[in-house]
Amino acid sequence: MIDGKRVLIILPAWNEQDGLPGVLKEIRTTLPGVDTLVVDDGSTDRTSAVAAEFGSPVAQLPYNLGVGGAMRLGYRYAFLHGYDVAIQVDSDGQHDPAYVPVMLEKLKEADLVIGARFAGQGDYTVRGPRKWAMSLLSVVLSRITRTKLTDTTSGFRASNKQLIEFFAQWYPVEYLGDTIESMVGAARCGFVVRQVPVAMRERTTGTPSASPIKATVYLGRAGLVLLLAMIRRMPKHLKALAPRRAGSGRVLTGQ
Amino acid sequence: MRLTIITSITGVLVLLYILELLRRQQLREKYAVIWLAIGLAVAPLGFFPDLLDSTARRVGIASGVSLVLFAGFVMVLLVCLHLSWEASRLEAETRSLAEEVALLRSHLVEHHGYPVSKQNKAETADDTEVYS
Repeated sequence: MIDGKRVLIILPAWNEQDGLPGVLKEIRTTLPGVDTLVVDDGSTDRTSAVAAEFGSPVAQLPYNLGVGGAMRLGYRYAFLHGYDVAIQVDSDGQHDPAYVPVMLEKLKEADLVIGARFAGQGDYTVRGPRKWAMSLLSVVLSRITRTKLTDTTSGFRASNKQLIEFFAQWYPVEYLGDTIESMVGAARCGFVVRQVPVAMRERTTGTPSASPIKATVYLGRAGLVLLLAMIRRMPKHLKALAPRRAGSGRVLTGQ
Repeated sequence: MRLTIITSITGVLVLLYILELLRRQQLREKYAVIWLAIGLAVAPLGFFPDLLDSTARRVGIASGVSLVLFAGFVMVLLVCLHLSWEASRLEAETRSLAEEVALLRSHLVEHHGYPVSKQNKAETADDTEVYS
């Protein structure tokens, strides 16, 4: 419980047995009131066992579904257990749980809060086509969500109760669906998106795609995902989940 | 003349094969219907390839055989598309099932002492790259 709200931190994990203990310990010390759920996305190592040893509930997928499937499972769990807030945190230690209270504060005026780089905190930099892709995404998604977004592919995000129900029913599974398309879908259905600046730490495992060719491919795929997300039909029953706010849900109280 | 023999024999064999698959319950009716319909429509053309010549000439194609070739290609394309659609649907269904299994399992682990186990096969989907 934080401020009378039941908060669940969802940690999608695929073969993260080494990084997981540190992340879980850190969450326990910085955020004593929250629950965690480790979504083991068909790991072949001891991810589930490690999570259980560190006292976290585990949802273990029988085979690998990719980030989108793992996230929907996390939101289904949050919805099933009646959580007020769900927060996605990577299992590799990139995301600093110390920012969670800031995100919770921002959730008072939004349905989806994104922990974003390039917004004043931290010194993460990129160059070339990857930078163009990120700028393009920022510009387009800022227009769609009618707010300034600087880091649209950040996986560090908090959702309120209505959005938990929304994501429990609908969560994109394709490439970049977990970041870009989920945000576009929520925004198009009337959910309010905001960001708070965070500093990200160096990832401990894996390497970002650095070569120009890979970055160009990334640019192309991101464009395609964006286009599809824009033209995709959103079912009526999902739109009905968005909380009604004055001015088609974008004008906020207290501003 | 030889073309007639080859095509008619092929047509009949394919029809028989579909029926045999159906008889052994290896083919669901909903798919079999498509193939049977195609087979029945095409089989007579195997025996009499010039049946379509007049129709073909009317739409500006030199011979009935070419028309059949073209129509057959379009048909195969449509059937492939249909199968992709079915596969997408099935994938969505198995995905939901896997999530449901995981939810039930986590409940059993928390409340009934079901063991947390590492019993996964080394089976991975092709879109695992999405993890960052």
